Amino acid sequence: MHLILKLVAQRIALGLLLLIAASILIFVGTSILPGDVAQSILGQTATPEALANMRRELGLNEPVLTRYFSWLGGFLQGDLGTALTNGRDIAESLGGRLKNTLFLAFWAALISVPLAIFLGLLAVRYKDRWPDKLISAVTLATISVPEFMIGYILIYFVTIKWGVFSSVAIINKEMLLGEKLNAIAVPVMVLTLVVLAHMMRMTRAAILNVMQSAYIETAELKGLGMLKIISKHAFPNAVAPIVNVVMLNLAYLVVGVVVVEVVFAYPGMGQYLVDHVSKRDVPVVQACGLIFAAVYIGLNLIADIVSILANPRLRHPK
Amino acid sequence: MQDELNHLSTRVTKGLLTRRQFFGRAAALGVTVAAANSMLASAAKAAGPVKGGTMKLGASGGESTDTQDPTLTTSEVPLYNLRHWGETLVDVTETGDLDMRMAENVESSADAKKWIFKIRKDINFSNGKTMTPEDVLMTMQRHSSEDSQSGALGIMRGIENMSVDGENFVVELAIGNADLPYLMADYHLMIQPGGGFDDPGAGIGTGPYTIEFDEPGVRHGFKRRDDYWDSENRGHAEFSEQLVLNDATARTAALQSGQVNMINRVDPKVADLLGRSPNLTVKSVTGRGHYVFVMHTDTAPFDNNDLRLALKYAVNREEMVKKVLRGYGTIGNDMPINGSYPLFDDTIPQRAFSLEKAAEHYKKSGHDGSPIILRTADGAFPGAVDAAALFQQSAQAAGIPLEIKREPNDGYWSEVWNVQPFCMSYWSGRPVQDQMYSTAYLSTADWNETRFKVSEFDEMVLAARAEVDEAKRKEIYSKMGRMVRDDGGLILPMFNDFVDAVDNNVGGYFDDPNGALMNNKAPIKCWINS
Repeated sequence: MHLILKLVAQRIALGLLLLIAASILIFVGTSILPGDVAQSILGQTATPEALANMRRELGLNEPVLTRYFSWLGGFLQGDLGTALTNGRDIAESLGGRLKNTLFLAFWAALISVPLAIFLGLLAVRYKDRWPDKLISAVTLATISVPEFMIGYILIYFVTIKWGVFSSVAIINKEMLLGEKLNAIAVPVMVLTLVVLAHMMRMTRAAILNVMQSAYIETAELKGLGMLKIISKHAFPNAVAPIVNVVMLNLAYLVVGVVVVEVVFAYPGMGQYLVDHVSKRDVPVVQACGLIFAAVYIGLNLIADIVSILANPRLRHPK
Repeated sequence: MQDELNHLSTRVTKGLLTRRQFFGRAAALGVTVAAANSMLASAAKAAGPVKGGTMKLGASGGESTDTQDPTLTTSEVPLYNLRHWGETLVDVTETGDLDMRMAENVESSADAKKWIFKIRKDINFSNGKTMTPEDVLMTMQRHSSEDSQSGALGIMRGIENMSVDGENFVVELAIGNADLPYLMADYHLMIQPGGGFDDPGAGIGTGPYTIEFDEPGVRHGFKRRDDYWDSENRGHAEFSEQLVLNDATARTAALQSGQVNMINRVDPKVADLLGRSPNLTVKSVTGRGHYVFVMHTDTAPFDNNDLRLALKYAVNREEMVKKVLRGYGTIGNDMPINGSYPLFDDTIPQRAFSLEKAAEHYKKSGHDGSPIILRTADGAFPGAVDAAALFQQSAQAAGIPLEIKREPNDGYWSEVWNVQPFCMSYWSGRPVQDQMYSTAYLSTADWNETRFKVSEFDEMVLAARAEVDEAKRKEIYSKMGRMVRDDGGLILPMFNDFVDAVDNNVGGYFDDPNGALMNNKAPIKCWINS
């Protein structure tokens, strides 16, 4: 146990360093992009006076280094600042968006992860027979079609033709849980279809790998049923690679779903980030970027810990 | 039978009979659903606006960076927001006349240098304060001061002095301008209490609605004000909600599945298909918006008028309207004015596509045959890249070595447009000719995207502006139009229509060439029938 605590401490420290590095990268990146926030806000209607006035007001005439350190100073004190574009408090607007993103990711994960693992087990059980082939074919097909296309197809059939659920997934605080779930039903279906194949195939491959081992043969000779062998003997030993893939897909569900958000007008973080990147609103981009980076680092940390716990050999290194 | 139907349709508008019941009874009388529907629509019109209900608009052009500050409004969603809570001094009607809003009437001196707006009394802002001429003055000052960031700064520039005189707001100009009231209809110039200096994004104004919720990039909600001064004509629905649906398919799906009552910007590619749905109507209105190719007339090789003419003749306008706009538009004549403007001269000959003339002018220009580079981006206007490809093909047929360079959308308006000598752009048009020419064709204009600097033209702009005799003005405008058409750096192949869609429960819709969805006023002027 002591070893794991040490590992977690090391990883968190490393994660913090990574976050600082990410913040520098984001800052430099947005500075290199052509145009600045004043130019982006005023767009085609910009006049030189209006530009100069806005740059002065937003403090864009300061050198890049000064701006970065004043941002970092605020950030370390827990102050994310206000958006340059509309002067709103970033922590407040970001908080709502983050909650929405996690809400969608949670329900998509709740359905897709067990489903993928179950389908993976099923595919192993009926290896090379028609259920295996059917599962592989369907999930590969849904992962190969771009997600917006799946979204449009489901919108057409589910919401327009059959008239169930909603094609606009805008949710808000006043809605009851049932209403919210009704609103996000179609996007959850899309996300499930998109992430299913990856996790399902990894489960299948990892378990098949274990199935070659001698102790599985022993179990078989003892006369255990196939599903029992898979769930009791093979799955625990195959858990490390599966968890890794699951975590990658969870990270995707949090940080990578901007296309789905656009198609369903879902008020998540992806759309929020893209809007602010196109307006060069650096403080908001920083805040979003750091949250996304933290999600990745955190989920990978969990994956590593689970792998270690699941594998006695890693728990007691020489 | 007719009497019976009339009686039934009146009962529907009074809410005594549901639509479904009406269609059932009409069918029993042997009337088709389509005929019954139109009967109902005309009954609704005669019965006048229906109060109550929720109006839902699905709109593109909104981002999570939006604010309610009128000075910073450039895209459509914030504009719909402004229309809900705010009002300007005057509005421009669908026929090009003035609709008096915060001003009761307007008068000018004979030379159009001094304008007096009589401000209405007893109108309250939504915070309970009474609107005064001082509020008007301060609003105008916020949009015209030295450190203003307002998008209206350009049109306020000709104003020399503004003051309050009793119940009047007085504007004095350096050079007379017969169109000044039209400039005051600009959507940035929403009258705010204290000019909006204290809290520009508060959303407090004299409009028919107040803000209920405000979630930029997601949705905006409004509730009707009980004390609105013009409730007869505006603010019929009890609640009005705007959903930000930037994705074109999401927008049409939301309308088709009944989650919104109206949407803006229907993709011309799907407009015909969408129009076949029984419950909704696609509305297409010819406006003043246009798509352009712009050449800097002061930069080689575009400083040669023969080369410019060669390029103008090499555009196949009909093909572009058909393929890029799918027929939802009209061909242009290389001048930014069309029949939607007052005082338009329709005797100016239409420039036709001619490979021979293009080749002839190209030869005369003596161009050395090096590639002529046209810069474009998807963001220049919808279908810009396709239009560029069509142009390249027809130019090549005339022997002109046109080359397309595709630029990223990001930064297009700051790095390419108004910087590179030949690129693509769009304009949404202006309510009057003077404003269009002053914005982009006067030598001193910030947005003189063609670097069109002709002193004779400038003099005509100023002369027309101060001319009160309409016949003489029309003549000057005609000359100006011909000048831009023949000598300018503008290639204007097409005027685009506003293509919107409205479901059949919406009453009170009419076409307005000033802007999309009744100049962005459909949510506040229309009502829900059932």
